Amino acid sequence: MSAPVNAGVEPVAVVPRSRGAGLFRTAWGFGRTRVGVALTGLVVLIAVVGPFVAPYTPTEFVAKPFETGVDGTLFGGDNRGRDVLTRFLWGGWTLLLLAGASAGIGVAAGTVVGVIAGYRRGWLDDVLMRVSDVLLAFPQLIAALLVMSIIGPKVWLIVAVIAVSHMPRVARVIREATRKVIEQDYVKAAEAIGLPRWRIMAVEILPNVTSPLLVELGLRLTYSIGVVAVLGFLGMGLQPPTADWGLMINENRQGMAVQPWAVALPVTAIAVLTIGANLITDGLSRAAIGIDRGVEK
Amino acid sequence: MIRLIVVRLLFGALTLWAVSLVVFAATQALPGDAAQMILGRDATPARVEVLRDQLNLHEPVAVQYLQWLQGLVQGDLGTSYSNRLEVTEVLAKPVLSSLTLMGLAAVAATPVALVVGAVSALRRDRAFDHTSSMGTLVVASIPEFVVGILLILLLGPGGLGWFPSVYSREGGPDQWVLPVLTLAFAVAPPIIRMMRATMIEVLESEYVQQARLKGVDERAVLWRHAAPNAIGPVAQVVALQLAWLAGGVVAIEFLFNFPGVGKVLMDAIENRDVPLIQAVVLLIAGIYILVNLLADVIGLAANPKVRVANR
Repeated sequence: MSAPVNAGVEPVAVVPRSRGAGLFRTAWGFGRTRVGVALTGLVVLIAVVGPFVAPYTPTEFVAKPFETGVDGTLFGGDNRGRDVLTRFLWGGWTLLLLAGASAGIGVAAGTVVGVIAGYRRGWLDDVLMRVSDVLLAFPQLIAALLVMSIIGPKVWLIVAVIAVSHMPRVARVIREATRKVIEQDYVKAAEAIGLPRWRIMAVEILPNVTSPLLVELGLRLTYSIGVVAVLGFLGMGLQPPTADWGLMINENRQGMAVQPWAVALPVTAIAVLTIGANLITDGLSRAAIGIDRGVEK
Repeated sequence: MIRLIVVRLLFGALTLWAVSLVVFAATQALPGDAAQMILGRDATPARVEVLRDQLNLHEPVAVQYLQWLQGLVQGDLGTSYSNRLEVTEVLAKPVLSSLTLMGLAAVAATPVALVVGAVSALRRDRAFDHTSSMGTLVVASIPEFVVGILLILLLGPGGLGWFPSVYSREGGPDQWVLPVLTLAFAVAPPIIRMMRATMIEVLESEYVQQARLKGVDERAVLWRHAAPNAIGPVAQVVALQLAWLAGGVVAIEFLFNFPGVGKVLMDAIENRDVPLIQAVVLLIAGIYILVNLLADVIGLAANPKVRVANR
């Protein structure tokens, strides 16, 4: 781990940044990472470009409820008679934004907690980890549902709840990684010359836990997409008349037998997105640890 | 080892208590008060006042919490707001249905997953292994309700039409197929992966090599030397997956309109039925903690270092 994989080829391998670059390069070497990037890219493209190319506005009525084969629509109308294609093209960016924000905040907070707990040890470590254990006692979805049902579905709340539920899981992993790093000589050297603790944590430890950090980010992003989508599906996420893939599935599942498109399109998009994100994560984790599903090759 | 288990158990109880505190505090944040909720908007102030007395709403929050906790320990979960039945009464049948559903899913998924994992390990890096590895990666990444909808689109009324997609009271046993299948797909991938990884590790170990070298029949090597050593970690993953089922079942029950605890929770949220929400969340968290604890204990018991040391 201490020697970057591309140390021989890259003369600038000493600069901390190149460690990440090496990780990405190794990960890119796996075919599955490329497939993952292609799949994720496709869905992200649809979500970002979609609103600009949609033929109608998301709340415009163009057909009868659940009507298919209407002139001027590709996939017919949804439960209210709004254009399915338009709502599909509009419904992606909210999911991406919420999932990205919650994964980002959760991983950042979890990293801070993990590094502090791993480096400081002692009572602070104990307190932080025991609090994590209590947070871990709630299944992610149940915690989100409890909060949503009481305060009501609000956008910032969705992000906050998912981020908090990610935090202890990330903290555990980063704490483990930190404990391995602090055994190294350079950390002891930094302590010996009297660097302040926060600098040791930010400059000596953090750059050396980037590999597990990136893997965690990928993993948490995949889970966030799932939780945001399932909250929408349960009617506890974004509220109507927003066009959102999860909500779209909830609204249109009653008419699934007559108008499958209104469900099939968002479902396929969510499936492809999560598969893509997970393939990238798998590639990253293989590159990071050089192991194959828990077994050293 | 017994000391370690006792410590875990105590910690589990402590966690459960912390969870009860969180659930109670969360429901305290609700606007309006319980008496008004039960009686509805057009109740006279006098009646609301009487009920407030009965529910001890005049007491300080800490006293209310202790009373609630006391009831909880005695198995009294309060009265549901929406239909004024005892919560335990409302929950009895759904809990049974949910447990049956989870049990069926576990029974369907576990043996298949173990066999697939073991065969992958034996056929390592061949076509079967690659297919199952890719398959588990793909299935594990998709949210479980999406798996359910894909199954409905494929096998339900709109697709091949083999199985009904909505649970109804009059329906036959075939309406169980899709929910069970969905949950089985959700729990299987981690079990397959763990089984594969553990089997590979065991097959490469020195004691298995030794058994082979001394000329033991390959089948005996597998069943007497390899498999027993793979049980510990795999059993732990199976337990963790069962714990996951406790929370994962909510979206699936909502999707298939299955009358279990998940459905009760969603209905309770719809009606803002606080005692019912509290009870279901506590129940799910309780099962989750308990099964996680079980996984911990299995992990400890299967680890020879722990088993033999400080007996």
